[in-house]
Amino acid sequence: MASWGEASESRLIGKRVTRLSGKDKVTGKAKYTFDINEPGMLYGRILRSETPHATVMGIDLSEAEALPGVKAVIPLIEVGNKLRYQGQEIAAVAAETDDIAKDAIRLIYVDLEELPHVVTEADAMAADAPQIREDWAGNQSEPNIREDGDINAGFAEAAVDVEATYHTPVQTHVCLETHGHVAKWEDDQNLTVWASTQGVFGVRNDFAQHFELPANQVRVITEHMGGGFGSKFGPGTEGRTAVELARITGKAVKLMLTRKAEHLVAGNRPSMTQSVRAGATRDGRLIAYDMKGYGTGGISSGAGFTGPYVYHVPNSRAERVNVAVNAGNQRAMRAPGHPQGAFAMDSLMDELAEKLGMNPLEFRRINDPNEVRQAQYTLGAQEIGWHRRNSVPGSGTGVEKRGIGLGSGQWGGGGGRGTEARVTINADGTVEAVTGTQDIGTGVRTVIAMIVAEEFGLETTDVRVKVGDSQPGLPSGGSGGSQTTPSVAPVIKTAAAAAKQKLFERIAPLLEAPVGDLRVGTGTIYVVSDRTKTITWKQAAGQLGMESISEGGTWEEDLRQNGAAGTQFAEVEIDTQTGAIRVVKIVAVQDCGLAINRLTTESQINGGVIMGLGQALLEERFMDPVTGRMLNANLEDYKVPGTFEIPEIKSIVFDTHRKVTGVGEPPCIPTPGAIANAVYNAIGVRIRSLPITPDKILDALAEKA
Amino acid sequence: MEKFSYVNATSLEQVTSLLSESGWGEVMLIAGGTDLLAELKEYIETPKTLVNLKTLPGMDGIEADASGLKIGALATVADIAMHPTIQHHYTVLSQAAGSVATPQIRNVGTLGGNLCQRPRCWYYRDETTNCLKKGGDICYAVDGLSKYHAILGGDPVYIVHPSDLAPALIALGASVEIVGPEGVKNMSLEEFFTLPAANPFRENVLEPNEIVVEVSVPAPKPNTKSFYLKAQEKGAPDFALSSVAGVFEMDGKTCKTASIVLGGVAPAPWRSKEAEAAVTGKMIDESVSQQAGADAVKDAQPLNDNAYKVTLTQNLVSRAAMMAAS
Repeated sequence: MASWGEASESRLIGKRVTRLSGKDKVTGKAKYTFDINEPGMLYGRILRSETPHATVMGIDLSEAEALPGVKAVIPLIEVGNKLRYQGQEIAAVAAETDDIAKDAIRLIYVDLEELPHVVTEADAMAADAPQIREDWAGNQSEPNIREDGDINAGFAEAAVDVEATYHTPVQTHVCLETHGHVAKWEDDQNLTVWASTQGVFGVRNDFAQHFELPANQVRVITEHMGGGFGSKFGPGTEGRTAVELARITGKAVKLMLTRKAEHLVAGNRPSMTQSVRAGATRDGRLIAYDMKGYGTGGISSGAGFTGPYVYHVPNSRAERVNVAVNAGNQRAMRAPGHPQGAFAMDSLMDELAEKLGMNPLEFRRINDPNEVRQAQYTLGAQEIGWHRRNSVPGSGTGVEKRGIGLGSGQWGGGGGRGTEARVTINADGTVEAVTGTQDIGTGVRTVIAMIVAEEFGLETTDVRVKVGDSQPGLPSGGSGGSQTTPSVAPVIKTAAAAAKQKLFERIAPLLEAPVGDLRVGTGTIYVVSDRTKTITWKQAAGQLGMESISEGGTWEEDLRQNGAAGTQFAEVEIDTQTGAIRVVKIVAVQDCGLAINRLTTESQINGGVIMGLGQALLEERFMDPVTGRMLNANLEDYKVPGTFEIPEIKSIVFDTHRKVTGVGEPPCIPTPGAIANAVYNAIGVRIRSLPITPDKILDALAEKA
Repeated sequence: MEKFSYVNATSLEQVTSLLSESGWGEVMLIAGGTDLLAELKEYIETPKTLVNLKTLPGMDGIEADASGLKIGALATVADIAMHPTIQHHYTVLSQAAGSVATPQIRNVGTLGGNLCQRPRCWYYRDETTNCLKKGGDICYAVDGLSKYHAILGGDPVYIVHPSDLAPALIALGASVEIVGPEGVKNMSLEEFFTLPAANPFRENVLEPNEIVVEVSVPAPKPNTKSFYLKAQEKGAPDFALSSVAGVFEMDGKTCKTASIVLGGVAPAPWRSKEAEAAVTGKMIDESVSQQAGADAVKDAQPLNDNAYKVTLTQNLVSRAAMMAAS
């Protein structure tokens, strides 16, 4: 059975290693798609609809075509078709400079017949709402219903119950690097594209299919990318447009989305509104749960959210529908469906606990079947100082009131098959590890280097890692579902082990020892039965002469495990006169199995907490019902956490076993629930709608008074 | 942005002469550019000519003496925030300047630009929305989303004035020097700003061919305490949800005179004579400060989404008054 070995035997794995690309990133040497500039390159821009719903009656490209410096103008929608949201693509240009391209799209004239729009869930669900999706009656999908047990019997058994409505708004991904591509045709059958993507091979295959090219003649490169969070799996219209413009002009074309377009069309986390009734027995058992909810993923579907979540409810019913509005489509966003559901569930748990007169932590202990999280509760409570919470919510004195709360999360992160990798030992002792995955920002390069270096007794800097390129023809899946490390690490490990075995076989005769007795030391290979027999790594590799050893790996299931439990505790301070909320501290206890690189794992937890904090306190897409446009498609009014918002974060890597589990997504799940419960503990008024902003705090306090 | 020609200013006469060639929007002035560039990029403004004021000599100074301050229109927000005399004797101004945006913006943004900056309203800033302020028919905030809009003095345009410096300077009794083709004129800064009822398209009384050149601030009376309290959703950068500039001449806990000016709640910096009256001549205690807060907002008329600003502003005014007495 394959194994990562004991912690005591590990020299690198499980330790804190600075990411290998860190210096390149902070010095600007690292090249992102935005930084790629090819000789003679043109700049692409897309004209987008400012009208949320309309029929295209005509498009006049002639003035744009006539503008000096413009090399191509193409329509992206046919006359007679409908535009269904602000930001939808109408036409594109390629020009010698970005400024000319920007001027040119303003010279494209579009004749529109406006149609009535709906951009809020309430407007879409109104009885007299215009029908914006012909296939959905009343702009709503068929309900998705899940039932377990008998809710009527459950409620009959309940001693207390709570009814509440929880809401989370649409959030956008806000990737630091907007979506974009640089496309270059090497000739009419060979295409190279630099893409800001989290799925190099998926993008390659899309281009191959769309442009009818052999897959092995499309090369996609993602050396570095500035965040995806689930929104960058495919090339999108903008990617295909860049390639098409490059094809027409015979020049390389760079087409990056503007910040505004990034908000409008590059994906979002759907909203959630759920009305739920839940009951518990006198002794604190969650017994019944009945939820009806809806959410919008824009004009598309996919607005699912979890519920009931994490805690065991024997009798439950959950009914969800998607609501269509005239807005850009949702895309997967960091733990899709979970943070919304977790916020509602953990708020509900606290409301029930209060009705029972029970400590919310005790109430969770009774109802949480997950043993890992049970242990995390103890650790997290100790770290935050759970005993310091207000036993009576809102009972603190003074203008500034503090409170403590908790929330939970659960994720898979078990990885899967489909990664090919090669680990090569050259005769000069140098080592290469190549695979077609991409570094979405979690530091997979460093993880790969650590695994290979551990196997060979080398340093991470001795291993040249190549990822983010489809050309070596070593496919790997997209970086989604927290799957990258658990998918890639086992393959790298077995590839390195196979290469090592081959090297041992070559040098065993030299060392006059059986292959099975050879071991790596630090930069050496020695015979375990006779330690006087030792040679350096370089000497060993030198035996290869003109050859290299190059081995592939296999995805060994025993090297990874699915399932990551997490819990977080938040402490907040609220200025009851201004409604200002300051998160003082977050304790994040995150199950992750074997953290190959403890440092980047902690970074990942920190990042998840910060993103969760943004959802809890700041982020909301504002759609104007009158104009049908997004009012805050910028970073002034769409607010994301900055240095002032980021609290002390105690990220605890809770490693209970030595198998790899991905944790890219789960650390953002428990944060909003923990913060919302801490707010309640501070002021004694519950805010059931995210983000928890000063206006809501002040309104709630006024209502309480 | 649209193409424009760029002229380095050599004298105020030249500037006012250039401005006199046309009405609003054809020839525009640029100093720090932190507001104007965004307007150009969003096609909110499309001037033919930009006149760079940074080449004008001697307009960026800060002079402080016993009689008060003289601050050139080209002084940066950072210079104002960090000036030792302003920090010690004009605290409200230093605090207001320090609360503006980010260090990068404070380092280039100027006093004149801060006073003359345009609204942040999300309808106004959207090129496609032809709102009342831009010559259209309606103020979209009335039926639309109005979380960040005015609760006082809005009718018929519910923008809020975004300046932090203006409430502080008005509270300190500042006056402004304006140069036009006819020469120099002075007015109180309070009179400089206008409400939409008087002119829905502009936020101040400047004529298209006039330029702000200097702000004068009289020295505060002895025993003056002053504060700038700013409520934001985000640490920085963020504009005020509501702010209070308070200048209190105190005798122990008794307030001899007070000047209280609100920011972020009205289309112009909003001097609250009602709040001032509530504390003037009184020994400030909990109930007096509460009264001042309540009086400050008694004429407030919130829109759909901004009733919270009434409570917030009331509490900030009360807090400022309590701080004066402590």
